[in-house]
Amino acid sequence: MRQREATVFVVVVLLVVYFGFISSVGRSTFFTKIDLINLAQYAAPIIIIALGEVLLLICGEIDLSVGFTYAFAPFMMHFMIDDWHVPGILGIILAVVFGGIIGWINAFFTVTLRLPSFVTTLGTGFVLAGLILTTSHGEQANVPPKVIGIGHWLGTYAWSEIIWAVILTFLFHILLRRTKWGLHTIAVGGNALGAAEAGVNVARIKYGNFILTGMLGAFVGIQIAFQTSIVDTFSGGSAYQPMFYAVAAAVIGGTAMLGGSGTMIGAFLGAVVLAVLIDGFNVLGISAYPEQIYFGAAILIAMIANVQLARVRAAGRIR
Amino acid sequence: MSAEMSTGQPDGQATDVLRAEHISKRYGAVTALIDVNLRLAKGEVLGLIGDNGAGKSTLLKILCGFQPPTSGRIVLDGQEVTFKSVDHARSLGIDAVYQDLALVNQLSVYHNMFLNRERVRGPLLSNRTMRRLTRQYLDEMGVKIPSVEADVASLSGGQRQAIAVARSVHSDAKILLLDEPLAAMGVKEGAMILDLVQDLKRTGDVSVIIIAHNYAQVLEVCDRVNLLQQGKISLDRNAGETSVQELTNLVVAEYRKALEERQRSA
Repeated sequence: MRQREATVFVVVVLLVVYFGFISSVGRSTFFTKIDLINLAQYAAPIIIIALGEVLLLICGEIDLSVGFTYAFAPFMMHFMIDDWHVPGILGIILAVVFGGIIGWINAFFTVTLRLPSFVTTLGTGFVLAGLILTTSHGEQANVPPKVIGIGHWLGTYAWSEIIWAVILTFLFHILLRRTKWGLHTIAVGGNALGAAEAGVNVARIKYGNFILTGMLGAFVGIQIAFQTSIVDTFSGGSAYQPMFYAVAAAVIGGTAMLGGSGTMIGAFLGAVVLAVLIDGFNVLGISAYPEQIYFGAAILIAMIANVQLARVRAAGRIR
Repeated sequence: MSAEMSTGQPDGQATDVLRAEHISKRYGAVTALIDVNLRLAKGEVLGLIGDNGAGKSTLLKILCGFQPPTSGRIVLDGQEVTFKSVDHARSLGIDAVYQDLALVNQLSVYHNMFLNRERVRGPLLSNRTMRRLTRQYLDEMGVKIPSVEADVASLSGGQRQAIAVARSVHSDAKILLLDEPLAAMGVKEGAMILDLVQDLKRTGDVSVIIIAHNYAQVLEVCDRVNLLQQGKISLDRNAGETSVQELTNLVVAEYRKALEERQRSA
């Protein structure tokens, strides 16, 4: 494990020990099986979306709209299977492809029309929010009955989501560290002009990473729909939350906001940090109003620790 | 405008691997190159000199497919070509070392060495092969670096330049374009690069265009010299037929003339 990931791992251990200790003094639920399932279900969606955001952040972009892709994809699944009679598995696959199309649109505005992705994806996020409410008439829907069986493997079984998250983290780790695609993603974020001069197709890398992020967002949205048995409209801005968690997880895990470096395992651990915090506060029974204050402060502290450690390491290396 | 043209070799046409004909490049209102004609014979080392802003790097970036010319054509081995991209030009045997080196600080020495030319086994990178070859290339050149696994950010300017040049030399290219390969180098490292170019020349297969400011080094290693002034080629000579003094005088004369014109109009 690299040093950067090791520091996040230490944070995870400290948090687990802290919440474990606190809760063992009072009602001990933190280490129970039910609680571990909760923890896994908090962490898994953050992890999977973070994998995409890590790729985008490394190549110098961000996707703020992925939460709305996450909200829209299960509706697409619902429309296709229940209304347009598309066969079950195909409907799920097409809904994930639909997420990829949203990613492509984000890339088109960002790469081809040269808008900063921060602006592009803010805009597409709003458009998607409106599309969700318009097409659903503002009403939530039931998960298509035809695919409930498949849904067990995607999100309904207690451990299915976290198993997907672990498998995808492994695959994306290989993608980033062991393939041309990953190397070129780092090169594009580290030195876009230099990468272009070396013949790297910068546009293709960015398009690809936007599309991957959109597909991951859609996949997680579908998983959550199966887990909760409901296709939710996420009315208002609450669909921003999964994206913010994912970006926070990536940054806590050591991914640079300015591009050029990042790790999948770090993002995985970063998501676990967030999940432990969310779950730990629940176990402690902190009331809902101040909870966000502690949560935000904890995220800031974790990020500060990460940035400062990176600075210390850099200072040590430059001499 | 005094155009002192003397064709270096008689009837170069047949053996020219690369010819740029009537190349012009405009960026909006700025004209960087005006009707440039340049030729490169097989196995030849051509020095491209000229003051800052004369258009040397622009010309190089057109010849390696990084940007298209506004007008004019490029002829490669007797056939007209239009480069679609750097990758396209590279597939036709042209490789460049840019002034900014095109290195990625966040990547290791060996990943930079093989950037966009990665050795792969199936979908995965063959890191071990790339490490071994990188070590071999740098040893051959006599370049010393702490480790091929170090990030290039931690290396000196000369070491970085050596990596960029080694990357190009080992690209199996038939035509190498080197934009100030000696700029950040100490005397010893500079000599290393010049030796490398001499070695390439000996093989006779590779043709090289070098942009450099040090005229003595240019004349030492090049067969022929082209002087670029204000977007035009104003001199084309065999290296043996000119001198550091003449080249310096030409560049200084241009500067004086421009200065006088500016004073007159002021």
